[in-house]
Amino acid sequence: MAVHSGVTREPGHKKHKATQYIVGYLRSLILTAVAFGPALTHTMRVGPLIVVLTILAGLQIVVQLYFFMHITEGDGPPFHALFLVLGLIFTFAIALMSVWIMGFPAFMAQVS
Amino acid sequence: MMAMPDAMYGGHSGVTSSDKPLEYRDPNQSVKILGFWLFLATDMLLFGCLFATYLVVRTHTDGGPTARSIFDIPGFTLETFFLLTSSFTGGLSTLAMRNGNKKALVSWLAVTIALGLAFIGLEVHEFIGDVAAGATWERSAFLSAFFTLVGTHGSHVTVGLVWMFLTLLQVAKRGITPITARKVFVVNLYWHFLDVVWVFIFTVVYLSGRVM
Repeated sequence: MAVHSGVTREPGHKKHKATQYIVGYLRSLILTAVAFGPALTHTMRVGPLIVVLTILAGLQIVVQLYFFMHITEGDGPPFHALFLVLGLIFTFAIALMSVWIMGFPAFMAQVS
Repeated sequence: MMAMPDAMYGGHSGVTSSDKPLEYRDPNQSVKILGFWLFLATDMLLFGCLFATYLVVRTHTDGGPTARSIFDIPGFTLETFFLLTSSFTGGLSTLAMRNGNKKALVSWLAVTIALGLAFIGLEVHEFIGDVAAGATWERSAFLSAFFTLVGTHGSHVTVGLVWMFLTLLQVAKRGITPITARKVFVVNLYWHFLDVVWVFIFTVVYLSGRVM
């Protein structure tokens, strides 16, 4: 049972390396640059473009969580990951279902 | 704080507490890290509601300024670069803390604060420019939602800067102890979280605003 995978710490003061952080930083920069490409060159239609941008933003979450926030570490059962996943589900549910229901043609006809 | 059996923290025979990173070694500190993750999950809901509002009223500009007319590409690109970089340097401060290098820890925290200040400076500059161009938050539903969402993130960053500065002072004064180690770890969790929120603001508000 590895309680803190990702960190192997020996009593003999083994130094932690910066590699993980540098890789994470480069990936976040690359993901941002990739998002700029199709968004500013108008080479894609708006619908697919928004899907691509959302996926890139989702990958950014993974990069921050794994490389910087040490989501895979921790002490004991991964309750923190459970909280976070639940929060993410609620957050996306609130945002996406609001857009969905407020886009009903009959409803929009009433408010506007 | 109630003392809990070691097993609740995943401790098992053969692993002494010194095998863990410093911030997890004391159960009383470790449980605070868990609590902070819970806070982040709820703070995410706050932003979820603000994003939902923005997405719904995004096009309700009432004949006033539109997303395309007020979003400045070099401005928000630079803001994104500063915040992504500060998340990286914040990570390096956690690394320095785990390596027990107090000097590097204080330096990286200072660099992170400087980058955060640059971000806030750009954002304030952007808001002042918007208001000067007539894009005030009472102008339209779109602008109300825009300033509320982006402003809430900006105020989080501002609070984070004060918090990080206070953490820096404590580390400088008391050195790297289990308590200051936990504080450094938690303030950086908060900072990375704000970076994630910004990535979504950048995507949903700025980039999408330029293409739609």
